[in-house]
Amino acid sequence: MQHKVIETGDVVIRFAGDSGDGMQLTGSLFADMSAIYGNGLSTFPDFPAEIRAPHGTVSGVSGFQVHIGGDDINTPGDFCDLLVAMNPAALKANAKWCKRGAMILIDSDSFDESLLRKAGFQTDDPFTEMKVEDRAIICAPITTLTQESLKDSGMDTKSIRKCKNMFTLGMACFIYSRPMDYIFQYLERKFSKKHPEMIAPNRKVLQDGFNYASNIQAIPNTYYVRPAHPQKGLYRNISGNQAVAWGLLAASEKSGLPLFCGSYPITPATSILEELAIYKSLGVKTLQAEDEIAGICTAIGASFAGNLAVTTTSGPGLSLKSEALGLAAMTELPLVVVDVMRAGPSTGIPTKTEQTDLNQALYGRNGECPIPVIAAHSPSHCFDAAFTAAKIAIEHMTPVILLSEGFLGNGSEPWRIPEMKDYPDINPPYVKGLMVEGRKYNPFERDPQTLVRRWAIPGQKGLEHRVGGLEKNHEGTISSDPLNHEMMVRERRAKVDKIADFLPELEVHGEQSGKLLVVGWGGTMGHISSAIDELVSDGVKLGYAHFDYILPLPRNTREVLAAFDKVLVCELNSGHFAAYLSDAVPGTKIVKYNKIQGQPFMIKELVDAIKKEL
Amino acid sequence: MAILSAKDFKSNQEVRWCPGCGDHAVLAALQRALPKVSQALNYEKERYVVVSGIGCSSRLPYYMDTYGFHSIHGRATVISTGIKVANPWLTVWQVCGDGDALAIGGNHFIHAIRRNIDINILLFNNQIYGLTKGQYSPTSKFGAITKTSPYGTVEHPFNPGSLVLGAKGTFFARSLDIELALNEEIMTAAALHDGTSVVELLTNCVIFNDGAHKELSSPELKADHTIILKDGQRMIFGKDKEKGLVYDGKKLRVVHIGEGGFTEEDILVHDSHSDNIGLQTALADMKGPDYPVALGVIRDVKDITYDDGVRDQVKEVMTKSSIHCVDDLLKSGSVWEVE
Repeated sequence: MQHKVIETGDVVIRFAGDSGDGMQLTGSLFADMSAIYGNGLSTFPDFPAEIRAPHGTVSGVSGFQVHIGGDDINTPGDFCDLLVAMNPAALKANAKWCKRGAMILIDSDSFDESLLRKAGFQTDDPFTEMKVEDRAIICAPITTLTQESLKDSGMDTKSIRKCKNMFTLGMACFIYSRPMDYIFQYLERKFSKKHPEMIAPNRKVLQDGFNYASNIQAIPNTYYVRPAHPQKGLYRNISGNQAVAWGLLAASEKSGLPLFCGSYPITPATSILEELAIYKSLGVKTLQAEDEIAGICTAIGASFAGNLAVTTTSGPGLSLKSEALGLAAMTELPLVVVDVMRAGPSTGIPTKTEQTDLNQALYGRNGECPIPVIAAHSPSHCFDAAFTAAKIAIEHMTPVILLSEGFLGNGSEPWRIPEMKDYPDINPPYVKGLMVEGRKYNPFERDPQTLVRRWAIPGQKGLEHRVGGLEKNHEGTISSDPLNHEMMVRERRAKVDKIADFLPELEVHGEQSGKLLVVGWGGTMGHISSAIDELVSDGVKLGYAHFDYILPLPRNTREVLAAFDKVLVCELNSGHFAAYLSDAVPGTKIVKYNKIQGQPFMIKELVDAIKKEL
Repeated sequence: MAILSAKDFKSNQEVRWCPGCGDHAVLAALQRALPKVSQALNYEKERYVVVSGIGCSSRLPYYMDTYGFHSIHGRATVISTGIKVANPWLTVWQVCGDGDALAIGGNHFIHAIRRNIDINILLFNNQIYGLTKGQYSPTSKFGAITKTSPYGTVEHPFNPGSLVLGAKGTFFARSLDIELALNEEIMTAAALHDGTSVVELLTNCVIFNDGAHKELSSPELKADHTIILKDGQRMIFGKDKEKGLVYDGKKLRVVHIGEGGFTEEDILVHDSHSDNIGLQTALADMKGPDYPVALGVIRDVKDITYDDGVRDQVKEVMTKSSIHCVDDLLKSGSVWEVE
């Protein structure tokens, strides 16, 4: 049979299997390969909290969705064109994500009686049960074929079974006309030092998968996905957590302050600490603390001692850090706190994404304790967001909370590599150079314009001073004087508000005034902008504003909101930002669209929700 | 370098502890010890940072004319750790109380010791919560009657020495607030030690727990209830130096010299530098009425410190890695060019 090659703008592929089936690796290899091939892309790992949940069960299914296409890929896609299901449970958990004309590729060896029952199927026809019997179903005995492919490799059965994902990846490469050179190079890199004997078998099984797919007649069509036409330059793939780590390293370089990260492992933020631990060659010191509180307190100590101090965490960890955050605000020391949000409350759904920590970031402390809050809007934007968070923290002598999301932290996208010469310097407000010679150093005396205090790092002669959690006067002496307290409270607030003078104004995409302004913040940007694009191409007139800066808000926020009759705030919580905006800009007619399912928005739901408000 | 005196370490702040509080004497000893440390190690005054948590004793940084950080309850140990790792050139002194270090901050305390980070911890142990006005602490004696234990506590106290040695601490010393000369000596030894030095100071709270350490401090009782351990000297104590400690292979025993066949030659000789953690633990654990309470430096041994480990690893990786700036990093690994 002659395969028909269909040219297409974009496709979504969802790899799903047991948590031990290697689907995360398969998906990320497919993504990296596509990036190098020149496609625009976005990825979404969707995995369970258990490392190895019970074999064959729905709760143990691990998925990785990748969306490849041209220049306009902003999200991992709502529904998929190809679902790879390595067992019945994977089909059960993911059939609902299949498009009407989707292909479903299964490992037929694993669709036996026992695994069908384990996945909760009543009959022997799981496709009809899931109502996907009309899709193009490709049943390939992947386990048997992998065993056959590697029978002379000398590998044991268990190791051979682990290569199933490579066979599958080979098949996917055929379907989407992917050259496999990148994967061959990856195998060389991964195995050449410790296990060179693994290179040949993996290559073989990959090639056999590719050849098998080209030989069978079950695959109706193959696809050519048109590459993007990106701006000239050097590119790489980057995940949000990696980008946070690297953005902090960039801030360390630009400020001349060594980077210190005190953190405790927590899903989904851990890989920031792991990433920073690698780059000791850039002078980074990482301390894996005994708990979340120790993480932030070692960072506060490091900040006092003159480092760019960072602590990384997720919602429950931010709760534990609350008291110490107050100490950082009171001592007016620079500190970056990264919160990669996950579904809560309490342990919640640790591996799923949400934006439900916004209220905690804004209000979760005792006393009057404003702390700047900024949010990253895409995996690669995490680099700039982390850089900016550090710049604000250092130049304005304040802790800063950077909100990321599980969706951004684990997701990845191609990124045009910037050059550090294009980034601004970060200037710590050292007292030396700013202080009049011979004058006494008053640790809480402020710059009249910015209200920022001067920084005297220990070790300098004549600048000995004490900081702490007790209220003080400008001289740094403990004071419980009522009027001094109110003055200091108001000054600390005004210092944070004045940061807005140094931030870019809010941009509105589309209409600059009119009936409806759609508003979002953080990691929902890809989905919301895709929904807006769809509506605009249908002739709908509306504006869209996405907030990276939450506290303080951009200077022109009031002006932007006032130009519209109604503001629709879309967010993955019950309406935290909507409430905050209506408090900040009273008189605005604010309506909300919310989702609290541990999952990102879908473009379609957003389109429907926005249409309702028109 | 100018020679420093105790006066150089006194700040202009009014000392606000209660009259008769044991903390006054500890502050005085620290202000006397630091000039000696400075001379021995050639440290300028600006290298000192004094860190504290929350509690009566934690006010101490305000009274020292050094860099200081009065932090939050229980967290002094981790603030100190961050300061020392970030800038090992600084010399860090930490002040904390028994509630601060052993209750709310107990976890940080044992982990600092486990890491052997080079900080000096002055643990003020008055066996009571003073600043909150008289509740029992993790070192209050079993049965102690306090505001939150009107019928007596039903929980056993921690012995800080056992905790330190249990976590394989490299330096532990114990003293009393009023032993000014001994404290100066111990604090100097703590400063000279590389690694976590814990100095337990038994202090008297005149308001809420007066006389808690009476047997150890009163002129009539202390000779029989305490023993001051000095390296190279025999473990002899008592009003007439008539008693001593021997080790019978299983446990320490108090013997009378000249009785039961024991001569002075049989009495143990103290060695804080030997790695005999079993004997040192037994010494730290001693308490009345059967044993004297050991004062002085009980253990002082060498081991790698956390801050040195961190610094050396950074240096080593710097020489081996090909990534020396962020531009190198951004271009490392898998990248592709779009023409």
